[in-house]
Amino acid sequence: MEKALKTLTPDQVTDEVKKSGLRGRGGAGFPTGMKWSFLTKPEGVPRYLVVNADESEPGTFKDRYLMEFIPHLLIEGMVTSSYALGSNRSYIYIRGEYAWIAHILEQAIEEAHQHGWLGKNILGSGFDCNIYVQRGAGAYICGEETALLESLEGKRGNPRIKPPFPAVKGLWGCPTAVNNVETIAALVPIINEGGEEYAKIGMGKSTGTKLISACGNINKPGVYEIDMTISVEEFIYSDEYCGGIPQGKKLKACIPGGSSVPILPANLLLKTAKGEARMMNYESLADGGFATGSMMGSGGFIVMDDTQCVVKHTYTLARFYRHESCGQCSPCREGTGWMEKILWNLETGKGRSGDIDLLWDIQRKIEGNTICPLGDAAAWPVAAAIRHFRDEFEWHVTHPEEAQKRNYGLAHYADPLSVSVA
Amino acid sequence: MSRYPQGREKSALIPVLHLAQNTFGGWLSTETMDYVATLLQIKPIEVYEVASFYSMFNLNPVGKHVLEVCQTGPCMLNGSDSIVDYIYERLGIRPGETTPDGQFTLKTVECLGACGYAPMLQLGEHYKEHLTKEKIDALIESCIAKSAALN
Repeated sequence: MEKALKTLTPDQVTDEVKKSGLRGRGGAGFPTGMKWSFLTKPEGVPRYLVVNADESEPGTFKDRYLMEFIPHLLIEGMVTSSYALGSNRSYIYIRGEYAWIAHILEQAIEEAHQHGWLGKNILGSGFDCNIYVQRGAGAYICGEETALLESLEGKRGNPRIKPPFPAVKGLWGCPTAVNNVETIAALVPIINEGGEEYAKIGMGKSTGTKLISACGNINKPGVYEIDMTISVEEFIYSDEYCGGIPQGKKLKACIPGGSSVPILPANLLLKTAKGEARMMNYESLADGGFATGSMMGSGGFIVMDDTQCVVKHTYTLARFYRHESCGQCSPCREGTGWMEKILWNLETGKGRSGDIDLLWDIQRKIEGNTICPLGDAAAWPVAAAIRHFRDEFEWHVTHPEEAQKRNYGLAHYADPLSVSVA
Repeated sequence: MSRYPQGREKSALIPVLHLAQNTFGGWLSTETMDYVATLLQIKPIEVYEVASFYSMFNLNPVGKHVLEVCQTGPCMLNGSDSIVDYIYERLGIRPGETTPDGQFTLKTVECLGACGYAPMLQLGEHYKEHLTKEKIDALIESCIAKSAALN
């Protein structure tokens, strides 16, 4: 922070971020430096930095760790980022349920003020910056940047139509950068080491380190920092990370980047369709597109063992998206409810033979037809579950009574190379 | 109010609603919401539409202790269903219900960001994680003791 404020210009800070290759850690993976360069700078209009701490994607609990245990890293990253962007008033929008973390952040902000790291003329640099914490009140949709801004303005969290993007018209109509907690925290090593040094960590366009929150059926759930050069297999089975599957059970499937990204069966998770080992980075996890690949997303790594039911798990996700749909766009408002009902019928032995095709049809009609990406996020898990586990869905229809008593077990995985792009 | 630029005081609405809910028995009555509207000098409908949008705001009375059990995917994989069942066994309430003595309300909620520490529930401003039957027993006992101490 001191280095940035005393030896670099705001544009030089942005240049370092560009050189670092840092990609947004919230889920979309968009290059941060490029996002910042879109920020318009009209004369006499304030600019804002808003940190997205509305962590709500099922499977994701990494920002919570960062804020709970190293809040000062976020504050330092925020002052540095605010300096680069010219924001004198920056906000942390945190999900309402993380009430105790909001207190931790308030305390860290108070400490920073006492040491002259926040407020007027920080470290004698002439730069002023204040940071405020704002709690949400329980709405997944407020993790979408424009819904977050609406909520911060004291309104319902209904996403806005883009363009205009927040970089042009954001908080209170002013140019605004909205970035994830982990992204902003990464500013500290980037400025300390230099963007080029930071870019040496990792692989290809996946530079730096990434926090992975691992959960589900693993021996050691928790938050892990990885440098994006390790394989998925090592991540799941090594004692340094997840420590394998409990009780000697087998790996059935995994959602590698938060509930919205496609689920992968074990064979496609560990190896790409080309037969290469799949790595824990943006490119490798996405290898094969949605036909045989998935996404890095938010780093919410959900592992399922062979006693779990894909239909039931997909049902809980469909229920989640129905609950969290803001209701603005009819494909999402209605479609998520339909998907939930059909999946519930399948799970409880009331499914009909046409239901699987109907589900497929509904998700296709939601995807791409909504204002914000929640529609896609609701459609993708259903699509991928059918794509890779259709046999398990069909078994629920043909064996309704058996499906109530036991789970399907390991799926009869299709040969990766024969999976066509639907 | 100094947290927001001049003329943007409406931004205080959600924090003020949190405060109001904590102060007035854990839920927001129409009277409470109207009062918030006069405080912020906005129309009552601007308060109602926000209060009804966010799941943390209760628009109906709730018990003294609200048990909010997460039931989304990762918690389900770790047995959140049996937690809900066990609370029914102990307190005789299903999701959405309150015990006749007004002490406990059970709610099921969607992902609270504690997937690695599943199964879990939220009680007031606190997370209770890695739940077991024993932990739920202890939790219920401590709630009852707390209520008794207040009486």
